Amino acid sequence: MIEQLTMAKAINLGLQKALADDPRVLLMGEDIGTLGGVFRVTEGLKAEFGENRVIDTPLAESAIIGTAIGLAMRGYRPVCEIQFDGFIYPGFDQITSQLAKLTYRHEGALQFPVVIRVPYGGHIGAVEHHQESPEAYFAHTPGLRVVSPATPQDGYWMIQQAIAGNDPVMFFEPKSRYWQKGDVDREGPAGEFQASRVVRTGTDVTLVGHGAMVAALLQAADIAADEGTSAEVIDLRSLSPIDYGPILASVQKTGRIVVAQEAPGSVSVGSEIAATVAERAFYSLEAPVLRVSGFDTPFPPAKLEGVYLPDADRILEAVDRALAY
Amino acid sequence: MSSDVALQLLTPDGTLVRNDRTSEYLPLIEALDETRLGDFYRQMAVIRRFDIEAGNLQRQGQLALWIPSIGQEAAQVGSGYAAMPQDHIFPAYREHVVGRIRGLDPMRIIEMLRGLSHGGWVPSETGNFHLYTLVIGSQSLHATGYAMGIALDRLTGTASGAVDSGKDPAVLVYFGDGASSQGDVSEAYTFAASYQTPQVFFLQNNQWAISVPVERQSRTPLYLRGEGFGIPSVQIDGNDVLASYAATSAALTAARTGHGPRLIEALTYRMGAHTSSDDPTKYRENEQVEYWAARDPIARYETYLRSLGVGDDFFAEVATEADDLAADVRARTLTLQDPPSTKVFAHVYSDPHPLIEAQAAWLAAYEQSLDESDDAELDEQAVGA
Repeated sequence: MIEQLTMAKAINLGLQKALADDPRVLLMGEDIGTLGGVFRVTEGLKAEFGENRVIDTPLAESAIIGTAIGLAMRGYRPVCEIQFDGFIYPGFDQITSQLAKLTYRHEGALQFPVVIRVPYGGHIGAVEHHQESPEAYFAHTPGLRVVSPATPQDGYWMIQQAIAGNDPVMFFEPKSRYWQKGDVDREGPAGEFQASRVVRTGTDVTLVGHGAMVAALLQAADIAADEGTSAEVIDLRSLSPIDYGPILASVQKTGRIVVAQEAPGSVSVGSEIAATVAERAFYSLEAPVLRVSGFDTPFPPAKLEGVYLPDADRILEAVDRALAY
Repeated sequence: MSSDVALQLLTPDGTLVRNDRTSEYLPLIEALDETRLGDFYRQMAVIRRFDIEAGNLQRQGQLALWIPSIGQEAAQVGSGYAAMPQDHIFPAYREHVVGRIRGLDPMRIIEMLRGLSHGGWVPSETGNFHLYTLVIGSQSLHATGYAMGIALDRLTGTASGAVDSGKDPAVLVYFGDGASSQGDVSEAYTFAASYQTPQVFFLQNNQWAISVPVERQSRTPLYLRGEGFGIPSVQIDGNDVLASYAATSAALTAARTGHGPRLIEALTYRMGAHTSSDDPTKYRENEQVEYWAARDPIARYETYLRSLGVGDDFFAEVATEADDLAADVRARTLTLQDPPSTKVFAHVYSDPHPLIEAQAAWLAAYEQSLDESDDAELDEQAVGA
């Protein structure tokens, strides 16, 4: 049965299903219980599952992650919510030095199925530290898996897959997409967890992105089609590992690729894709791999977010440059 | 350094302290049989000998690093024996003897500090003695989360078997005076107090965080920090193995039976360097070292045991056991082999991961190509000859 749901509701239902299916699943974070989270993604779950399964924590990100590690050692499967992207850094050591490395340090004897949900990205007009895209830090860290759903359907299924897996997962939720509705089929099938996916086929240029950027890429592809350019759009879905199969296959067909993201471009996920495509699809390329990204500045005050964040126009500018070769 | 408020059951000259305060704790000591009283000495003496041997192995190039625990044996042995078998222990990185008490082969520590592993022991096989953690204080949060899990087992009905608060596990976490300045430790106190976790924070105040004295870490005695978080806290003479045992036993019992977390600050002294990489003569005075040498934890406890009638035979037997362990560790260290290169890729993830698999396959092919070119060179040399 197909339902029209927002991503926030779809993730909420995914969390509800995970809590119902496995008594070891716990949710923990700031304001996630009675309030239902600042984005209401956990709305109603404390009432349904109780304060010992949906745990309001003290306001301390390092401790949220650090105690989730201990809970995982005890056999639980904690799902932590970090309230906003820019508030993840107090937990950075526990994520990158502890959580990411503990299975390695234990030589496989212990598993750490901890999911860290992070609402991220701009387009919501919020104050400083509330619109950032820190995913590259975590994609750079061995031992973590990093994913970002772009649709309600993926929100519903990928959160459950993240919880069911045996590795730590950084689950980046594009907060500007929380309130857009889309088709969700709760009977499945779920997509493969960490596969990238062609979401629009085309022949002239490949557009790659993740999270909220996928909608911008699709919008750009629509406009390009009106101008006679056929763009193929790929939703990365997973940032670590990156599934290059569909990307390379697409580039072999189109010969041109533009990678877009909200995060600053220098040393980013887009950089990694550009390097890999150059290494592995060199003879297919008709133009340099081009990147469209946030600028290498702090996220600006909200009234300037439209300047900072890539949109369809900036994507199309890069498409034009690629086609000029 | 000395403190009037620190709980002491055994004076530096080896006399039992009987007063109103100790009367609460002495029954815990009186309940110990002769064997366990002997074990306290045995573990302290054996680990000191092991420690000296490991330090020598480091000086001889067999280990990349050694982390000595000399001077802190009483704090560690007393608290280590206070833990019940079902308890979980989260060490920092200097609690070699606690690991040994729980069944950890000291060679696992040797292997780690030789550079063969990052620890790698399995807590379920080492008496629930968890891995060392080198990022100062970060284990305090893992311990607190583990203790939250124990509490949740009861609250969510996920506990296996019948709930019996007297037999439930509790958590014992070790850290030091330096770690007490880390935000993670304060956050651990906060969470432990909020969720009333069954855990004991065991702070070994050995007076020095590498070269920085405890006075720079805190303007207030460290046990008082616990009180500020709502955690009942006690300061003890950490060079008194009986005080360490009794205070930790009492605290674990309180934690185990639903009374929430406890903090113990054990005043002790690191007689040696922080690790084999530093030189304590650069930052501290001989006078201070001598002060603490006169309060040696093993000497005072030997005096006490002798006052109970324990004779030379026992001490000679322990000395032999210590020498045997040292010789065994040396012999086994000299036979250690480097791990295979495949260990680089092992267990980065629990589930399959294509990037790791691709890099492992690349390295295998690369190493094979080197072998083949070596062979080719050898063949050429053979032809040339």
